[in-house]
Order: sequence, then structure tokens, then C-alpha cells
Amino acid sequence: MTIEILMPALSPTMEEGTLAKWLVNEGDSISSGDLIAEIETDKATMEVEAVDDGKIGQLLVPAGTEGVKVNTPIALLIDSNELPHTSIKTIADKPYLEKEKITTELKIDKPVTLEPNSSIITVREALRNAMAEEMRSDKKVFVMGEEVAEYQGAYKVTQGLLDEFGNKRVYDTPITEHGFAGIGIGAAFGNLKPIVEFMTFNFAMQAMDQIINSAAKTLYMSGGQMGCPIVFRGPNGAASRVAAQHSQCYASWYSHCPGLKVVSPWSSKDAKGLLKSAIRDPDPVIFLENEVMYGQSFSCPDDNDFLVPIGQANIEKEGSDVTIIAFSIMVGKSLEAADILNEKGIKAEVINLRSLRPLDIETIINSVKKTNRAVTCEEGFPFAGIGAEISAAINENAFDWLDAPVKRVTGKDVPMPYAANLEKLALPQVDDIVNACSEVCYKN
Amino acid sequence: MKKNISSLVKNKSKMNYDLDLLKDMYKKMLLIRRFEEKAGQLYGMGKIGGFCHLYIGQEAVVVGIQSAQIEGDSIVTSYRDHGHMIACDMDPKGVMAELTGREDGYSKGKGGSMHMFSREKGFFGGHGIVAAQVPIGAGLAFSHKYNGNKNVCITYFGDGAANQGQVYESYNIASLWQLPVIFVIENNKYGMGTSVNRSSAGDNLSDRGKAYGIKSEIVDGMDIIAVREAAIKAIEYCRLGKGPYILEMKTYRYRGHSMSDPAKYRTRDEVEQIRKTSDPIENIKVLLNKMGVVDKVLKDIDVEIKSIIADAAKFAQDSPEPSPSELYTDITIN
Repeated sequence: MTIEILMPALSPTMEEGTLAKWLVNEGDSISSGDLIAEIETDKATMEVEAVDDGKIGQLLVPAGTEGVKVNTPIALLIDSNELPHTSIKTIADKPYLEKEKITTELKIDKPVTLEPNSSIITVREALRNAMAEEMRSDKKVFVMGEEVAEYQGAYKVTQGLLDEFGNKRVYDTPITEHGFAGIGIGAAFGNLKPIVEFMTFNFAMQAMDQIINSAAKTLYMSGGQMGCPIVFRGPNGAASRVAAQHSQCYASWYSHCPGLKVVSPWSSKDAKGLLKSAIRDPDPVIFLENEVMYGQSFSCPDDNDFLVPIGQANIEKEGSDVTIIAFSIMVGKSLEAADILNEKGIKAEVINLRSLRPLDIETIINSVKKTNRAVTCEEGFPFAGIGAEISAAINENAFDWLDAPVKRVTGKDVPMPYAANLEKLALPQVDDIVNACSEVCYKN
Repeated sequence: MKKNISSLVKNKSKMNYDLDLLKDMYKKMLLIRRFEEKAGQLYGMGKIGGFCHLYIGQEAVVVGIQSAQIEGDSIVTSYRDHGHMIACDMDPKGVMAELTGREDGYSKGKGGSMHMFSREKGFFGGHGIVAAQVPIGAGLAFSHKYNGNKNVCITYFGDGAANQGQVYESYNIASLWQLPVIFVIENNKYGMGTSVNRSSAGDNLSDRGKAYGIKSEIVDGMDIIAVREAAIKAIEYCRLGKGPYILEMKTYRYRGHSMSDPAKYRTRDEVEQIRKTSDPIENIKVLLNKMGVVDKVLKDIDVEIKSIIADAAKFAQDSPEPSPSELYTDITIN
């Protein structure tokens, strides 16, 4: 009897992984619980255990293969009295094994165009490069957070930093957000430049008092004496199937508070340029990443001094009929929506906000004055959200140019459900953007 | 542990203390007390608004510890912070002008009683949220260690703050990372209106450091010499890179928690009894007398301090209110 051993899903967002190493050979007898392979996920390298007894009949995927989709058969388990099958080399022409097809381009819908003096890298790599470059040039920059050092980052964003910079620059903290956020703030008051990683921003709620009351307000309360050059960064928003307490967008929470700067990158270019700006900035910066984006690849400038200025939005796609205003993961969805709208004869302009506070109102208003219609897009709750703020800004500055009321596409006004179908319903989808744009263009 | 004036005076070793140092400490404690009395008065006149937490009774703690510090050490405390600022040699004029909310205040009138700072003097606030200064203090200590200097951070908090979770998060990290921080618990027996016995489990607040491997000592915070001796020991320990240290100062505040506190949670007798037997300023005055300092000298100190305070009060009332344009400054640096 032959059992297929499948590529396991080892994290909520894992769709594929690298089969780093086989720990067994063809012909080895194994028992349930034996380690058989090491698999690299988007978060970590994991050891995989056998769940059945038997003999390894065949290794279907060679060690070192990247991009092996979850549920792909990776080995065959046979009865212990059977003979092993043929070697893996003979099946190397199977499509899922062809390495050249498993390039980063395949991870997003459209191939990435390589820009001059740039490399195609993932958002994760861009964030890591930004930190490493700034740490090389400024000894005051250090990283602290849960699992950032020896574990190499819960989402591998800090991978390699400990090796390069050592334990005087990269600190694993206990799981005590309130305490270590405060320690980071104290270090910033002491003229250092901490990068504090929250494993996710959901956990930063434990540290909210320190972030708002200490980091954001002290400069003002000290009459300008007590600058706090600190970056709080980590994934924000929904990941995948982790339910209400682990899937929330905090953009509007932090943007509400004077004294903070709030940025949220979409592409690798944004990630690198914005993070470097955030680290160099003399003020506290909330840096909202998105777990789903970590593995996506984009062209990113190699230049060590490439910066994306805080407070500057970017027009990702020009159009004349409707302005879509989005940030983070919603930029990609907005671009997809723009393509669909194009087929329907609606030319959408897509603005990638990049910074939420300060908000680039000028770029938004100029665009709305051109298109006369606006749709905002965010993953967060609708009530008192970023879309509400943008809508107010458009009303205040471009009311006479509007041909339709501003429409908001947001996450639904409910705690995030766990069930896959409900989660999908709760999150804003490309279709929602297409529908909203069609509505404001009266082409429904 | 309990000492009163007679035991302090009888203690021969104290008689060998450097006279100038004692006089300086006396002067500083008196400056704090007179400052606070004036602040209370100005509050009553409506010149100071909001919350105002006076330090009267606790002066020996901050002055004794300050006498053991060196240039470059940092200090951070709670909202009962006037005494700490004066101990750091911040100008009483600037502190008082902040209390009155004027442009010459240390925070340009934008911080008030609870939020004042002086980087120049190593004073990092003045924090209004109970215990928020504790991780911040550990972070300042982190910056000393990171920069490789020999400085330490003195982190003050009260018995009320000692029940906040972030204190223990800070203990844990400070001990793990061997941060040069001295946690000074100013145990004045009441967190606002709730006595330590009614709010805190266990015998001594300082015992709670044991779980984190942090050395601690209970000190008579009304006896400035005991405070100084303990501080020298603790600071030395920290400077040698051995990690954090806890000093629990048993002290007492004579006034209410804030100006609006009717203090029904304790008797007048209790306050009077402590004033009579353990007042830190009276204690040192008697000691100075015994050491041969004549009343005339002490009187002169008194007069000098009164004039400093009068000047500060006048300055604080003459300084203009901040310009409306200040409303939108200092929110971010760029």
C-alpha cells in the first residue's frame, strides 16, 4: 500500500514553501513521529514528522526545491516489505518541480518589470535591507522585539540581522509588549534609535499607553525638548484565518493621534524607502506592514540612500474617470480593480497613500478635481476609519468638483470571523472596488 | 528600622559626616519644602491649575539619592515631580512658571505640573501615567549601557505604581539585560487614598524583586543619611555593571495625594505624629545643631531660600502666557 506524503501547511498564510532538506533517504524505515524533512515556510524553517509507519518508497521533490505548493505530494510511503521506487531524478520534469517556473514572478498575477538600478525582491527582503542598511550607517539604530534575534524573526523580516550585527544591536525581548515598548521609548529619549518590532500590531494594544502617552505626546509636553526617534513596526491587518483577535487594521487608531507619523507600504519599493525614512525620522513612526504582502515581489531600487518621503502619496496608475485611494494590500486589489474597470470603459486612477499621517491631501484633491469621483479602500472597519477622514477632506477641499458622493470600500463592521467563507465576506474584495467605482460613475 | 530624631542624633557615626555636605542637603530639602508650600499657596489662589501633587515630607529621598549621583546620570519619575526637579538643580523659576502655565516654564507652559523635563540636567520627566516611567527608566538605563558610559538611571515610582504590570515587565528585562537602573520605590504608605496594606499583597514591595534576582534594600526614607548610604551602595553596584537594584524608601507625604484630596483615609494624628518624630528636615537641623552649626547660620539659609522662592513665584506670575502660535508647535520635529 502506498501513501502520499503531502506538503504540509505550516502557517496560516502559507501557500507554498521550500523543501529545504530531507532527513530520510529512500528505503529508510520510519515510524510515526520520526522527523523526515525540513521545510522553510514564509515564517520559519520547520521540521516535518511522519504521521504513519512504513518505508520511504520515493522522494518526489528534491531537497532545495522552492515554491512547493501546499498539498503537493512530496514523498511516497510504502509498506516496509516493498522495494523502494525509482529515484527522484526520473520525475524532474513534473511541472511543480521545475525550478525556473517557480520564480518570484509567479507569486503575483502580473510579471514584475525590473526597473533600472533595481532588483526584484520581496517586501520582506526590502524591509530587512532597509534595516540592515540603516544599522550599517548609524550605530544608534538597534532592533528589539519578540523572536527578532535568534529565531530570526517570527515572519523572518529580521533574518540575518543578529548574524551581521550581533547581540548588542539585535535584542530578543520577553513577551511583554507594554514593558519593552516603554524601554524602547526610554532608549529613544536617551538618544538611541530603536526599531521595535511587534510580532503583529494586534499585540501592540498591550503597549498602547506607552505608544500614545509616552512616545507621541512627550515632545509637546516638554516644549520641544524630548524627541522620540523610534519606529514601531510589524504586520497589521488581516492575515488568513486567524480570526478576530489577530486580524485587525490599526491604521485609523494610530492616525488619530497627533505626535505620531503613520506609514503603510504596499510594494518592496515602498517598504524599503519608507522604512529607511522612518528610521531616519526624528519622530515616532508607526510602520504598518501586511503579512500577506511579505512574500510578494516587486522591483526595488538598490541605492542605499533611496528614500520614500513620509507624507507623499504615489499615483500608481493614472486615470481620468474615478480616483481610487488605497494603502497597503488594498493598493494591489485596487490595481486589479482598475484593470477590470478599464475593460468596462472606466479609467480609474489609483493612489497609493503610503503615509496615513501626515496624509497627502494635495495629491488626493488634485486627482479628485480631475476625475470628479472618489472611492476609498481599506481593510479596517468603516466607522471612523481612514476612508471617513479622506471623505471629509474631499468634502472640505473639493466639494464643488464632485459628481457623486465619495464611496468607501472597507472591511465589514464586524469582528473578523474565522470561517473561510465569512472571512472572505468580511474583507474588501476586488469586486467591491469595481462595484463602488461603477456606482460613483453611474455605470452600474 | 524605625528611627526618630533622638536615635539619629545619638548615632555617633553621623556626627562624622562632612558638614558642608550636610548643610547642602539641608538647604536643598528646605528649598523643596518651601517651593511646595508656595506652590500649594499659588494653587489656592487659582494661579496654578489642574493637578498638583506636593512632595512635602518626602524630601530626604530625592535629596539623599541625588547626593550620590554623578554627572550624566539620568532621572525619571512620576507626576509628584517638583522635588526631583529641584534636586536636579533645575531652576525653581522655570519649574514654577510651568506650574502657572507660562511661556518661561520648562515645557513652555504646555506640560504643567506633571510633565516637565530638562535634558541638560538629566531629568527625563515628569510622567502622568502611573508607572509609565518605569520602563522608560529601564530604557534610559539601556541607552547608558548601549553607549558604554558608566552612568545609571534612577527610576522613581510610588507604592501605588508598584502594582502595575509594566513594573514587573521592566524588572524582568532590566535583570535579564543587566541594565544599570536603580528602581526607587517611594513608599509613602498611600496610593492616592488606598493604603499599601489594602492594595498590595505580600509583606514588602521590595521583596518582589527577588523573583527576578534583583537585589533590594528597605531604607528609612525619612533619614537622609540612611538614604544617601543606601544610594551610594546601590549606585556603585549598578555602575559596576551588575544589573538593577531596588531601594524601597519608607517615607510619608504630609499633604493629600493632590490638592483636591480631603485625606479622609488617615487621621490627622497620624500625620502629626510623623511630622513630630520623623521629619527629615527637622532631623538634619537637630544634627547640624549638635555638630555646632549655630541657629544664625540656619536662619540665614532660611532667609536665602525664602527669597529664591519669592523670586520664583513672582517670575512665574510675571511670565506671559504662551503665544497662541505655540498651540501648533512641538507636535513633531519635522
